[in-house]
Amino acid sequence: MKINASDIKKEIEKYPDKKGILIPVLQDVQAKYGYVPGEAVSLIAKELSVYPIDIYGILTFYAQFHLTPRGRHIVTVCQGTACHVMGSKAILDYIAKILNVAVGETTKDGMFTLERVACLGCCGMAPVVMIDKDFYGGCTIQSVEQLLDKYRGVVVKK
Amino acid sequence: MSTKILICMGTSGISAGAREVADLFQKEINRHKLSGEFQVVKTGDRGLFRDVLVDIVTPHLGRVTYECIKPKDVPLIVENHLLKGEPVNTLLAGKDYEQFFAKQMRIVLANCGEIDPEDISDYIAHGGYTALRKALGMTPEQVIEEMKRSGLRGRGGAGFPTGRKWELARASKGNEKYLICNADEGDPGAFMDRSILEGDPQAVIEGMIIAAHAIGMTAGFIYCREEYPLALERLDIAIAQARQQGFLGKNILGSELSFDITIKRGAGAFVCGEETAMIASIEGHRGMPRPRPPFPAEKGLWGKPTVINNVETLANISHIINKGADWFSSIGTEYSKGTKVFALAGKVKNTGLVEVPMGTPIQDLIYGAGGGMLKKKVGLKAVQIGGPSGGCIPASILDTPIDYVTITQTGAIMGSGGFVVMDEKTCMVDIARYFLSFTVSESCGKCIPCRVGLKRLLEVLEEITAGRGKEEHLTFLQEMGTSIKESALCGLGNSAPNPALTTIRYFIDEYLAHIRDHQCPAHVCTPLVKFTVIEENCTRCGQCFKACPSGAIKWQRKELAHIDKDKCIKCKACINACDFKAIA
Repeated sequence: MKINASDIKKEIEKYPDKKGILIPVLQDVQAKYGYVPGEAVSLIAKELSVYPIDIYGILTFYAQFHLTPRGRHIVTVCQGTACHVMGSKAILDYIAKILNVAVGETTKDGMFTLERVACLGCCGMAPVVMIDKDFYGGCTIQSVEQLLDKYRGVVVKK
Repeated sequence: MSTKILICMGTSGISAGAREVADLFQKEINRHKLSGEFQVVKTGDRGLFRDVLVDIVTPHLGRVTYECIKPKDVPLIVENHLLKGEPVNTLLAGKDYEQFFAKQMRIVLANCGEIDPEDISDYIAHGGYTALRKALGMTPEQVIEEMKRSGLRGRGGAGFPTGRKWELARASKGNEKYLICNADEGDPGAFMDRSILEGDPQAVIEGMIIAAHAIGMTAGFIYCREEYPLALERLDIAIAQARQQGFLGKNILGSELSFDITIKRGAGAFVCGEETAMIASIEGHRGMPRPRPPFPAEKGLWGKPTVINNVETLANISHIINKGADWFSSIGTEYSKGTKVFALAGKVKNTGLVEVPMGTPIQDLIYGAGGGMLKKKVGLKAVQIGGPSGGCIPASILDTPIDYVTITQTGAIMGSGGFVVMDEKTCMVDIARYFLSFTVSESCGKCIPCRVGLKRLLEVLEEITAGRGKEEHLTFLQEMGTSIKESALCGLGNSAPNPALTTIRYFIDEYLAHIRDHQCPAHVCTPLVKFTVIEENCTRCGQCFKACPSGAIKWQRKELAHIDKDKCIKCKACINACDFKAIA
């Protein structure tokens, strides 16, 4: 991906006080590009006078950051306690099977990235699947299949 | 008084379609040209998960609650209830709704579902910011004394007395002191902080300003996890409005207090809920804890005295200031005062947030607010309290009252208030394995007991759930678990063995069934499940057939089901669907 150096500078200049801004800047970059590209890391390192290795240390420590491009839709299957008790592991395995990807991977057509999360905090509607920013509660193996079809743009037969 | 239409629009309400319902109400009201008389209020979630909840408050009918409202119901309600004054009886909230709220004591959650969280004037109209005015009229010492007398203890997990924490930080030397609100609710199974931030963010902000006055803080941070987009959005709005009204900024309400709040978005690390790890994260580093002392109250954020309080703790502050320490300490038990919010979830009929006085027996939550088990034919096995740091409490001792001291005696901890109900279809060895896999992946790797020890515990639990367990594994789990508890650096490691230790303590039979008989009594551990139909248990109902996604089950009306092993993908959908223990 082509990274615009002035865009990165702009993201940094948003913060007048430079104390503790590294993580927020990385979050902004990820929001913009969908992941944190290697070129951006070098640019941020230079601008903030930190070593790239420290930035990679942060990027690999926090679950939120991604170093590779992701799919058009992010399918996040909650693996919280309530979801686990309500069978979320089977749902995760099933989605992995029908999308033919492992957790963390993107489908070949670039449509979906499958991810797991420790807890989305919607335990009352377990098991929960989040696609992009939308939450879906009370999921079953059958319902997730239809859900994915909806995002693929396939009309679901009633 | 105009008529109010209150619509629950927290994360769960919105996922059930509350936004469409609210828009439609507004549209219908506009269509009938009644916007002067009727006001649509978009509130946070009130706690119960019942799709879209709508309350209509009219002067002559009082308050009427509708549940599970779909967009198609809206014109009917507008026509009958709003225009003719006749409630639509078929859509009214049922007995479950009443039972859910009957025995609650809502202090922290009082405003959730009542006020518009995006409108500070609604908060003020409900008594908001009166406590701040009162507190500013008191000396900082008086405020701290009031907090100490109230007996409030931190609601985030460890239960440290809040007043004492404030006193320590006040006594620390330095001109710059920081306050952090811990909204990094990482415990799987807990969601009260999210609901409070979505439903009543000003209460947390008011609590923070009062704390700032008492301790002498210069700046505050709210560390909120990125997984809560709606909470972050509403906090942003709430802080801007508080600033506009002069509750944040220089010389608050004409006093000498100057204080402002910045939001810090967490980046997805459970360990950042630990105080020193959170401080490292705000400073822009990997969120790794450090040894204490020095405690943050002496040396915290950027080396300055820092107090970290949990969301629910801060939401209690204004109530204590307004109604007094005596009132607060009259609620609860000898060593645990006030109320606690529990996140009721799992295999229970009504799920959601329940606020009860400390000392309420565990079973009251399940059979009272919870309305009993989800499936009548599948009995209760255990309750998991306190998330990955907590433990599983068996059905036999559910008369245990919930307070800091008694819960700790059971081997669990109060934690943040996660409360997951488990039935006979839950395997306790699998639950221990599940929690260990969570803590292993969330361990920061700094200290060896946590990094290596937890991994060893997990490996052994994986052996047992795969049917390769040995009896000496049990001794190993107990010895290793106990030594990790004693030697790990921070709270994560200190408490991570609890789920394994409590399940061994209370459910040794299940471990032995896995090890000696190579059986998983709950049919959860896939390698130990044979995926065959037990003829004498099968009622020929066909539930398994309907649930199977791979067409592996052959069944016809009134005939025994049969599983085709070649087509079976071992997803266990059939086992979950069967109420008769007929698939093993």
